[in-house]
Formats: sequence, C-alpha cells, structure tokens
Amino acid sequence: LSPGSVRCLSSTRNQSAKKSRATLGNSNARNVVLVEGVRTPFLMSGTQYKNLMPHDLQREAIKGLLKRTGIPKDKLEYVVIGTVIQEGKTSNIAREAALGAGISDKTPAHTVTQACISSNQAMTTGFNMIASGQMDTVVAGGVDFMSDVPIRFNRKMRSLMLQMNKVTNCVWLGIYELPRHAHVRLQLPAIAEFSTDEVMGHSADRLAAAFGISRLAQDEYATRSHTLAKKATEEGKLSDVLEYKVPGVAEPVTSDNGIRITPMEKMAKMRAAFVKPHGTITAANSSFLSDGASAVLLMEEKKAKAMGLKPKAYLRNYTYMSQEPKDQLLLGPAYTTPTVLEKAGLTLNDIDVVEYHEAFAGQILANLAAMESDYFAQKHMNRPGKVGAPSMDKFNLWGGSLSIGHPFGATGCRLVTTCANRLKAEDGTYALLAACAAGGIGHAMIMERHPD
Amino acid sequence: MTSLIRTFNLARNNSFSRWALLISGSGARHLSVSSLLNGKNLNVDYQDDIAVVRLDKANSKMNTLSKELMEEFEEVFNEIQRNKAVKGAVLISSKPGSFVAGADIDMLKNAGGEAETTELSKNGQNLFNALEKSKKPFVAAINGVALGGGLELTLACQYRIATTDKSTNLGVPEVMLGLLPGAGGTQRLPHLVGVASALDMALTGKMIKPKKAKKMGLVHHLVEPLGPGLTDADTNTRQYLEKVAVETARGIANGTVKIPPIKHSTQDRVISYLLKFGAFEKNFFNKMIKGKVMKQTNGLFPAPLLIADVIREGVINGAEAGYKAEAEGFGKLSQTNESKSLIGLYDGQTHCKKNRFGNPAKPAKNIAVLGAGLMGAGIVQVSIDKGYNVVLKDSFSPGLARGQEQIYKGFNTASKKKKMTTFERDAIMAKLDATLSYDALRNADMVIEAVFEDIDIKHKVVKETEAVIPEHCIFASNTSALPIGDIAKASKRPEKVIGMHYFSPVDKMQLLEIITTDTTSKDTVASAVQVGLKQGKLVIVVKDGPGFYTTRLLAPTLSEVIRMLQEGVGPQKIDKLATSFGFPVGIATLLDEVGIDVAVHVSEYLGGVFGERFAGGNVQVLKDLVARGCAGRKTGKGVYMYSDAKSKNRPVNDTATQIFKSFELEPVEAVSSDSDIQLRLISRFVNEAVMSLQEGILDNPLEGDIGAVFGLGFPPHLGGPFRYVDLHGAAPLVENMRRFEAAYGAAFTPCPLLLEHAKDSSKKFHSS
Repeated sequence: LSPGSVRCLSSTRNQSAKKSRATLGNSNARNVVLVEGVRTPFLMSGTQYKNLMPHDLQREAIKGLLKRTGIPKDKLEYVVIGTVIQEGKTSNIAREAALGAGISDKTPAHTVTQACISSNQAMTTGFNMIASGQMDTVVAGGVDFMSDVPIRFNRKMRSLMLQMNKVTNCVWLGIYELPRHAHVRLQLPAIAEFSTDEVMGHSADRLAAAFGISRLAQDEYATRSHTLAKKATEEGKLSDVLEYKVPGVAEPVTSDNGIRITPMEKMAKMRAAFVKPHGTITAANSSFLSDGASAVLLMEEKKAKAMGLKPKAYLRNYTYMSQEPKDQLLLGPAYTTPTVLEKAGLTLNDIDVVEYHEAFAGQILANLAAMESDYFAQKHMNRPGKVGAPSMDKFNLWGGSLSIGHPFGATGCRLVTTCANRLKAEDGTYALLAACAAGGIGHAMIMERHPD
Repeated sequence: MTSLIRTFNLARNNSFSRWALLISGSGARHLSVSSLLNGKNLNVDYQDDIAVVRLDKANSKMNTLSKELMEEFEEVFNEIQRNKAVKGAVLISSKPGSFVAGADIDMLKNAGGEAETTELSKNGQNLFNALEKSKKPFVAAINGVALGGGLELTLACQYRIATTDKSTNLGVPEVMLGLLPGAGGTQRLPHLVGVASALDMALTGKMIKPKKAKKMGLVHHLVEPLGPGLTDADTNTRQYLEKVAVETARGIANGTVKIPPIKHSTQDRVISYLLKFGAFEKNFFNKMIKGKVMKQTNGLFPAPLLIADVIREGVINGAEAGYKAEAEGFGKLSQTNESKSLIGLYDGQTHCKKNRFGNPAKPAKNIAVLGAGLMGAGIVQVSIDKGYNVVLKDSFSPGLARGQEQIYKGFNTASKKKKMTTFERDAIMAKLDATLSYDALRNADMVIEAVFEDIDIKHKVVKETEAVIPEHCIFASNTSALPIGDIAKASKRPEKVIGMHYFSPVDKMQLLEIITTDTTSKDTVASAVQVGLKQGKLVIVVKDGPGFYTTRLLAPTLSEVIRMLQEGVGPQKIDKLATSFGFPVGIATLLDEVGIDVAVHVSEYLGGVFGERFAGGNVQVLKDLVARGCAGRKTGKGVYMYSDAKSKNRPVNDTATQIFKSFELEPVEAVSSDSDIQLRLISRFVNEAVMSLQEGILDNPLEGDIGAVFGLGFPPHLGGPFRYVDLHGAAPLVENMRRFEAAYGAAFTPCPLLLEHAKDSSKKFHSS
C-alpha cells in the first residue's frame, strides 16, 4: 500500500452529498476557539536541547505563545499541560513552566498524562472548562524530553535506601544487608506496555503484518512524510515554530532537525528494529525520540473578540475511544475517525484538512487499511461496512511525526495548530485530527475554520 | 495490497488472455504435479520456486501421521526432489492450533506384531532420513502442537520456525504411551539439543514452549502471532508464518540466509565431552539416568529404560546402530502390556474430554462457590481463569480471607514462574467476588457447594441458596460420600441438583466425578460436564449411589489396610508395597491424607450399606485414633507423625502403633506374602470397580479406568482396573481371590461380572 495507492482508494469512497458549509456552532452554546498555537522546534534527543530540563522547553513554548498573542499575563485563568515521561523534580510541570513564563502566580495549573495524546487531553480539559462556563481563557500545551529520563534504582536498592533513612546508625544496617549485584541493576522508564509486556514498535510491526502492509509501502510513506515536511519548512509554512536561543548553544534553534530524505535504496537496506529479522519496521520508517514542547491559547469566542484577538479556528467535537491493547494498540484513528465525524454530522467528504499522528509508517497504513476493510468494520467496529479512509490529497500535507519529530506530550497541540494553519492556507472549512496512544487509546477531533 | 486488488480487477475485467498467460507461464509447473496438488491429507502450493506443503488431514481437527498421510508426503517429497524449478519447500499445517499432534494412534494399534511395528518405525526413519539429506531446504513452520512423530518430522527438516502462540508446544511424549520416539527422534535430538536435554525430553515427554525451544536449539527462529487485521487472528498468523517460512526457504536456497550452527548448553557440552570416557559414560547412563528412572518409576515402566539405552546406542555407537536400536525398541515396546495400558488411558482421557450429553441450553457464565475451604477455593481457582465470573461465599470473614489468599497464591506463583504476567494475574483475580452475603448469588447460573460434610448443614444450605438463586440455576454439591438424592430432598428443584466431586488439591488433580440422580435433568448434566471440561478436568459421569464410584472403591481398600495394620504389617511396609506396585502414594499415607475421621465416616456409612463385602479391619481402630487426636495429616499426626513439614522421613506415630497392637489379629500365613498383600489390596479395589459397572453406577469401563487412575492413583502402568483385568486375565485374579476368600470370607468373593470374564477369556471390557 503506497501513498499513491491510498489516493486511488479514496476516489472510490462513499460519494454522499456534500454537506452545506454551514458552521457547526450553536448559538446557545459557548464556542471554544483556538487563538494561536506555537511550539519549540522539535529536535532529535541528545542534540541542542540536551542540557535543558523539560520545564525549560514548556516555559519557552508558553513564553512564545504569550508574546505572539500579546495577551496580558494576568488575563490567563488556567494552565493545563500534558506530558508522558515525568521528571520527578517537576511533577506538576504545568505549574513550574507557567511560573517560569511569568504567568501570574494567581493562575493555577495542572498536569495530565495520556501517553501520546497527553496534550490532546490537556486541550480537551481546557475545552471542557471553557464550554461549561467555568473559565474563559486557558493555556494548554505539552512537552516531552527524551534527552534525559528518570532512571532509578531497582526496588531492592530503593527499599534498602529507604530503610537507611530510617535507621540513624547506617553501620548497623550495612552489616546485615550490603548492596549486592541485584541491587545495582537500574530501571529505565518502561517502554513496554505494562498490560502486555510488549514494546510499541513490536506491536506496530505485528499490526502492519496483520494488515498486509509491505516494507516498501512503509518506506515510501516515510519518504512522503519527510519530503512534505521539508517542503513545508522551506516554504515557511510551519509558522508555529518558535525561535529558541538555548543557553550555552551559540546559534538560535530555528527549525526541526529530524527531517531528512533518505534514498529508497538506503532505506531498503536498513534492518528491522523490533521483529528481527523478518519485521518491516525500521528506524527510518518510525518516529524518533525527540525533545520539544508546544502550547495553544484556547478561549471563549466572545471573550477573545472582546479582547481584540483574532481566533484561528473553532474546536468542535472530539472523542476518545480505546481498544484491546495488544493486537489493536495503535488502531485509535481507525476507530475514532468515523465516530467523531458522526458526532459532528459530517462525512469524510466534508473534511478539507486531515492531520494524523504518525507513530510508525506501518501504523498509519494499517489504520488506513482497517478503514478500507469491510471485514474489520463488521467484525471489530460493529459497523455494517467499511468506514473509508481519508484521501491522501488532504493527509498530513506539511509532514508528520515521522519527519517533524514526536515529543510524546507535545504532538497533540502541533496537530491542532497545523490543522488551523492549513485550513487558512488551503482555504478549507473543516479539519479532522486523530492520534493513537499507548494503552490502546485513540483520539480524534473536528475543527472548523474561524471566519475572522 | 491495493495494487494487488487492482491487478485482480484488471484481470477479471478485460483479459481472458491474461489468465491464459498465467497458466501457460508459471502454470506449467503446476500441471506437472497437478495429481498431487490436492491430496486427501495435504496439498501443495507452488510459490515461484518454493513448494508450500500444507498438511490438512481429512475429517480431523488435528493432523496426525497416518499411513495415508505419510504416503502422500513421500510422493510430494519425491516430486519436489525431481522438479528442477523447485528450490526449497515449506512444511506447514492448515489446522488451527495443531502442526502435527503425533503418530496416528489407531495406526499403531492396528500395526500388528513386533516385526510389523519395527517395520513401521523403519519406514518412518527412511523417509525422514531422506528428508534430512535433501539438498533442497525444507523449512518446518510450526504453529500449534508439534508432538511425537510431528516433532520428529520437523527435526529432519533443515530449518524450523515456530510461532510463540500459546498453543505452540514441542515435545516427544511417546514415553507417556509406553513407547519411544520411533522416527529418528532418539537419534536427532541428542545431536540437536545435546544428550542431557534430549534425555530430559524423551524420558519425561515434557512439552517445550517456543521460547525455551529457541534457547535449546530445538527451533531456529520464532514468529510472534498476529492479531486480527484483514482477516481473523488465526488465519493472519498462519499466513504470516507461511510468508516468513517461504522467504526463509528461499533465502537458504540462494544462500542469503545461513542456518545457524548448533550450539548446546554448557551442561550439554560438558557432558558430551565427558561421554568420550568409558567410565563416565557407564556411570552417566547406568547410574545417573537409569538410576533416576528406577527411583521414579520403581522399574514398572519399560519405555524410559529402553529410551535411555537407545539414545546411548546412537551417541556411543553411531547413527546406524542407533537407528536400528530405535526401530527395534519401538517394535518391542509396542507389544508390552504397559504400552497397551497407557494407550488405553490416552483413549480414556480423550473420551473424558468430550461432553457426551451435548451442549446445555444455557451455558453457565456465573458460578458461585459456597465455602472457602481448601476445596472451595480450589474450585474457584480452576474457574476464574477460564472466563467465568465467580462468587466465593463463606459465612466467616477469616475463612473467606484464607480462601482468597489460597487463590491469589496460586496465580501469583504462576506469574513468578512466568506462566502469566502480573497484569494477567490481576485481571483474573478481578473475576472473583468474595462475599459473606447470599445476595451475590442472584445472578448465578451454577452454585457449587463445598461446605462441611453433614447432611443437615447441606439441607440448610440448599434452602438458603434456593431462596436467592434464579430458577435456571444448577445446584451442585461437592460431597465425597453423601448421596446426592438425599441432598436433593431439601430442594424445590431436584432436577437441578447434581454432584460434582472434585479431588484435593483441586488445581492439581485432573479428575472430576459428576454424580446424577434419577431426577437430575439431562440439561443439568450437560451444563455440569461443560463447566468441568472448561475447568480443564477429565470428567466421568456416574449414577448416584453410596460412595458413588471413587469413594466406593476406596473404602474396601482402606478396610483391607486396617486389617493389615492389625495383623502387624507396619505402615511403612504397606506404603512400600503399594508404591512398588505402582500407586503414586502409599495406602497408609493415603489414609492420613484423606483424614482418619473422614475414613471413619465413610467406612461406617458404606459398611452399613454394603455389609460383609466391605468388612476387613475393625473400624474401632480408626475411631480410637481419632479419639486420641490422630486424625491424619491435618492434625499433625495420624498413622505417621507430621511434626516437621519438610522432613521426608516421617516417623510412625507411636500412639497409632499402640492402638494397632491393642487390636492385634493373627495374620493368615498363606495369604500374607508381599505379593499377596499387594494382591489383596488390588483385588478388592478391582472387584468393587467391576461391581460398579455391573450395577450401572458406571456408564462404561473407560470412565472407570480414568476415575481409578486419575482420582485414586490406581497404578497407571496397569491402565485402570478394567484394563488390568483385560490384559492380565480375570481367571488368575479370581483364583487368587478364592484363596483370600478362604482366609477372610465374603470381602473377597468375586462379583458375578468378574466371574463371567474369568470363565470366558475372550470376554473383554475394552474393545480396543
């Protein structure tokens, strides 16, 4: 299944009558708008950001957001940030970043976590606060920082150390329990799914095989992602990227550094990364470990207008769904796409812009294949027939997580901001975004371009 | 994928000629073997230069190596060798969960005498030797069980790939049928996995999981099973495995995939080095291996001893001698009574894994267990991991907590042994609702009571339960002796009352004895059997009657033991005589395990019902023991002392010895030799079993054998009481019983059915 062939799939999709381009808004409800969204450049881990801490990145994203919107720092009512790998020193990273960015200390903040859709969760949390009338102005965002992760002693050593804290005379303790080899083995943050004990890349490889996705199709898709990201960067379309003067690094960081076009022959030679040796997922067709942060300003529409801000888009309907976490770990988009469309009363034809989180090329193609499968729809999605995959003509046209990078907690806001910016650039009305996350969770959201 | 669909559409729409082209092009190859393409038991699919041989035995859920399948395979094999366009082959199964489960047992049974069976083995060896020598690589793609001949088939292949699916298991379990791996297994295994590992596999017949198999060098490569996608998970996995295998076969053929060199474990390397020295070799095979076998089997099973010899022959004297010894050994073992007994038990197990009552109208989903004791908790343990929602109800909080701890411990141990993840453990435990209230029984489809063995308490429980449970709910009693008909007297719905007699410890003992009364409905039985089978039990269904089947057999045997104790035969001697006869636990020890108070209860009750036939020792002996606080293992002392739980050498309880002394009987010299003591035990046991069949308590002898072996520990090499009579003759048994009868009276009077068999030696309980 190559990107080209997906395009030809889409031409056969259900050609139902195009819905009128009326707004999805309801005059009785409070409209939630995206005023602006920004992000730090997403960098490969271990590069220019390597000496920072995660809250540094999040602080820069928020600072950039405030600067670009010009909203007074004391007008913000709440901050919600999503993150996956938690730095122990800043467990409520939302508060640390907000204080650091100069937001009033009277503005509370909290941190959420939901694997790769953590900042989606941050945004929908903010959305709920605004839509239900609790708040008018919320900053949402997300950050992850893989250049430094909390590596801890194993439990044996930890319990020994905790005992030491209790016993005043350490010498006594040393006599009956000296640290042995078993104590020194360190624990990395879990990369395997807790419930299934399977690494995500391994599950993705099996998923791709289950949907008959070839290695070639995956390599082609990855190349497409990098090509489109490169083009979008060169054409200056990625306006959400902030310039970041990192302390100790001479040159300001201005763009993502993971975008590279690898020749197909070279890609074909790469070894399988998870299922060895016959697997199809390689380092070149997967997203890579990244550092980065993103932030968006969400407001109640009237309030934004009253403050003289120009909203970019409405956040309309969203959904979260989850599936069996072993064999269907990464099929979230296939499940959530038709559901969120139904909620909004739209069909795929009404959608002008599609942004899916790209965890693995194989995962994206498996989701598209699942949406094109009658068998899968009937057997697993409780639907009469296939739901149809989005057209490649609208799909991730400015690159995706495979090329731009994927700091887990930061990707959701990037998707929302990209949708808003693309709606304007491509003169569209509706955008759809979807993402998968560890635990077998999926998320999708419908956005509508703001008339201003 | 889509491009494929496109091609397909193109072909369908516009080009007949395109199809013609396909056929005349690569199809030429297809035609040349078209007569073989769809055999009855396998089919061949040519994927360019690789032949995919899919084993698919006709009219069978599993693949077994029958004569016909082997012949078809031989034809295909020769064709693959002849056909120049074929560069390699893949061997795969089309059956879900089964690669090849082993040789066809019916073929073995009908093979004939020693010479014919030896020939059968030689034929298999020759075919597999040719396969092993094939210049074109054969890749075995294993999903599901590869056992016995099935595994031996793969061992002759150049490369083995296995899925890590839960159903995938590898092993050579022939020893469990009293046979040896007779198609090269004893010769190839030492070479592939090392002598020690090969002996371990062949002597125990253990199943090897895929990950272990990879580590041992039994398979070269593992494939993780797939989930559902464009088709279901099973099909997806088989197709994927086939794809990987085809790529591998092609890779080996064109040199891009190297077959990794054989690498044995350090232990195996050390042993194979030391085996070069005669002294070590003798010590290793004779003392270490055979000594261990003798210790574990008391020399009652010829197969493991011969397996050790055959493996030694190949390792020490080379392949030719080894293969010869293997074929001859196979022929020899096939004629032994032990093998016939064990194959009979295998048939019995197959029989007892089927529900002869059909599917129940409403399969049980919610089960409630009353009483959180050892048995109750055990029943819960074997149910919650089988998809049932289970309520465990007890009347007291400490009892309930103890039961919960027992269940958790069972699964926690499994997770520590990596049989499941801690997550799976917790997910299983989430199926348990432990409660002190009857309210939780509102949604139960089946209630199994495991409360104290007292008819008044049982009646009370029936009434309290029926006040809450829905109309359709089945009430099952886990009683070991109380007649189900008596328990049902308290019930409003006697057609829903049934007995489900589990054996302790429930998670280890395979047997479940289901007891039906005249009023129990067929649907109730069907449902109980279904639950039992899902719990992983071998299920026998018997009629209600005093002691049902198993308890009834135990009672006269215990009665005889008491007599022996009174006659001054020490408990240790009784135990030794029993275990050397093949009982897994000595009968005196069994008395302690069952509980002497229980034995009193059973003896008095059954003795009262059956009268003289159950006479023997004086029940007062047991009563005195109980009165002195010696009620068996649970009280720390019985016939033996159990002060130190870990100690293997348990001393005889002095109090017990005193009591035996006070009831001393004069032994009858003529029937007190060691072999007579063994026969006295076994003959009362067997006679009672035959009686149960005669009276219709048992439905068939197959279930009688399974019940005796798996519930009561009847010596497995004898195959159960009925197989024993069939193979060893009713006449000699009756003759001995008459001698015992002369000494002790009616207890040893052979029952009419046994006498019939003694009169006519052509009469058999089992048809095969």
